[in-house]
Amino acid sequence: MLLIHCPYCEDERPEPEFRHAGEAHIARPSAELDAGRAVAESLYLRTNTRGVVFERWRHVHGCGRFFNAARHSVSDRFLAFYKAGEPKPDIAADGGLALDPLGAGATPATVGADGRNVDGGETGR
Amino acid sequence: MTIPARHGECGHCSSGQGGATPDGRTVSSIVRHSDAGRIMRRFSAFALAREAMRGHSGWTEQWASPEPRKTYDVVIVGAGGHGLATAYYLAKEHGITDIAVIEKGWLGGGNTGRNTTIIRSNYLYDESAALYDHAVSLWEGLSQDLNYNVMFSPRGVLMLSHNEHDRQGAQRHIHANRLNGVDNEWLTPDECKAYCPPLNISANTRYPVIGGALQRRGGTARHDAVAWGYARAASARGVHVLQNTTVTGIRRSADGRVAGVETSRGFIGARKVGVVAAGNTSVVMDMAGVRMPIESYPLQAVVSEPVKPCFPCVVMSNTVHAYVSQSDKGELVIGAGTDQYPSYSQTGSLSIFNHTLDAIAEMFPIFRRMRMLRTWGGIVDVTPDRSPILSKTPVPGLYVNCGWGTGGFKATPGSGHVFAHTIARDEPHPINAAFSLDRFETGRFIDEAAAAAVAH
Repeated sequence: MLLIHCPYCEDERPEPEFRHAGEAHIARPSAELDAGRAVAESLYLRTNTRGVVFERWRHVHGCGRFFNAARHSVSDRFLAFYKAGEPKPDIAADGGLALDPLGAGATPATVGADGRNVDGGETGR
Repeated sequence: MTIPARHGECGHCSSGQGGATPDGRTVSSIVRHSDAGRIMRRFSAFALAREAMRGHSGWTEQWASPEPRKTYDVVIVGAGGHGLATAYYLAKEHGITDIAVIEKGWLGGGNTGRNTTIIRSNYLYDESAALYDHAVSLWEGLSQDLNYNVMFSPRGVLMLSHNEHDRQGAQRHIHANRLNGVDNEWLTPDECKAYCPPLNISANTRYPVIGGALQRRGGTARHDAVAWGYARAASARGVHVLQNTTVTGIRRSADGRVAGVETSRGFIGARKVGVVAAGNTSVVMDMAGVRMPIESYPLQAVVSEPVKPCFPCVVMSNTVHAYVSQSDKGELVIGAGTDQYPSYSQTGSLSIFNHTLDAIAEMFPIFRRMRMLRTWGGIVDVTPDRSPILSKTPVPGLYVNCGWGTGGFKATPGSGHVFAHTIARDEPHPINAAFSLDRFETGRFIDEAAAAAVAH
C-alpha cells in the first residue's frame, strides 16, 4: 500500500483514500486535427514505462480533487506530488535512482535486486 | 463426489525430470539435437523402467543451452509459456526451426511461473470463445504432444453468483458459450455444494451463493511443466532457448523492416521478431518505436500450507474477488486482484490479498485457520478491452503477442499456435484475426472485462 501526499490537503494519507486516475499530461486532441487516429492515441496509447511515470490521483475519500504525482514504476517510490494544471516537474528518466531500466543485469550496490530500498531513504510505501 | 483423476500424483514431477506419457506409450527413445549433438531421451514407460533399473543415471539435459548464432529466421522475445509455445508450433507446424527464444531471466520465471494455473474457455464473445476453446482443445492432448506431463487436470471451474446481477450475467455467458459449442452449465446452490463440498451455501453470509456456472472441461495444469515441456520439445526440434540474455534494443533496417535485436550477448539478426514479453511488452515495443495500448499492473497470488486433498475443483467469484484451487502438492492456490496503479515492482499491496482472504474465509469456513505460506506478484499487461493482442504491427517483420492481462496461462497452447501461424504466414490465423493491434483505432473491441475473475 502506498502513502500518498495530497497537495491540496497538504497531508500524507494511505492509498485507500485515493483513486488512481491514469497517466497524466495527456492532452485531448482538438477537433480540427485528424480525429480518428489522434483520439485513439489519446484514449488508449500509454507510455507505461519502466522508470518515472507521471500519473493522476484523485483524493476520493478526502477533498475529492485530482492532482498529479511522479512515481518510479519499479520501486513504486514517489518523487513528486503537484497540483493539477502545474507543469511536469523536471525529473530524470530514472528518477536519479540509477535503476537498470530493463530489470536485468547488475544493479548498483545501493539498490536491492528488486529495485527497492534505494539509498536507504523514504520509499513512500 | 469423485475427485477427477490428476496426473502426476506419482510425486516425481517436482524434479522436472519425470513424466511418462500419461497413456504409457512406449515410443522410440531418442531425438537428436540439431546443434549440440546431445541426445534427448523420450519419456515412456520403457524409459522409466530402464532408468529405474540403473539408478536414473541415463537422463540427459531437457533442453540445450547453445551459444547464439549470428542470425536466425525468427527471434522470439520472452521464454514464457506463450513464447516457447510459439517457437514449438513454428517448428512443428510451419517447418521453421531456425529460431531463438531470448529470455532476460530464466525460463518461465515471469508470469508463467507466477500464475494460478487455471484453464477455462467460458468467455462471452464469439472471438474469445474461439481463441480460448482452441487452447482448451490443445490442452487436452498436450502431454502426449509434448511427450511431457503438463499435469492437465480438467477438474471443473465453478464461477459463483451471489446476487441477481451475477446470475443474469452468468446465464448470459452460459447461453453464449453453448451457442459457441463451449460447455458451461448452471448449478443450483445445492448442486454447487455437491460439486464442491467445502463451499458454504448458507443464506446467513454477507454474499450468499445463489448458484454457479460450471465448465467441466476447465481445470488446472502445472505451470512450470508447461514452460519446461515446450522448451524441451522446441529444443528437440532445433530451437535455441537463450536464457539470461536481455534484449536491449530492436534494430530496424533503412526500409523500416526489423533487422534483429540488440542483446546483452551482442547483436542477433532476424528476419522476423515476435515480442511475447507479457508485462514488459510496452518496454520492448518502445525499442521499435511502437506505442502500445497497454498498462502493466501488479497481480498477486498466495498459497497456503499444504494439506490433504480436500478441494476437488476450481472455484471463482467475481463479486467477492476470490478464486481458489488446490495444487497436487496440497497447497491452496489463491488469486487476488490487481493493484490500482501500474507498476513493474512484481509485488503488490497487503490490502489486496487481505481482501481476497476475507472472501475465501467466508466462502470456505474450513480454511479459516489455514496459514498462508507464500505470496508473490507478477506484472500483467492489461489492454483497454481486456482482450489480448495477437497481431502484426506497423513495423514489417515485427509481431506482438500480449495483453493477456490477468488470465493468459489458460490460453498458452492456443496463443502459441495461432501466433506461430501469424509469424510464419505474415497474416493472422482466422482465430486471432480479430485480436489485432488496430482494433483500438477502428473501435472493434472485444470487451471481455466481465469475463475476468479478478478486478482489473
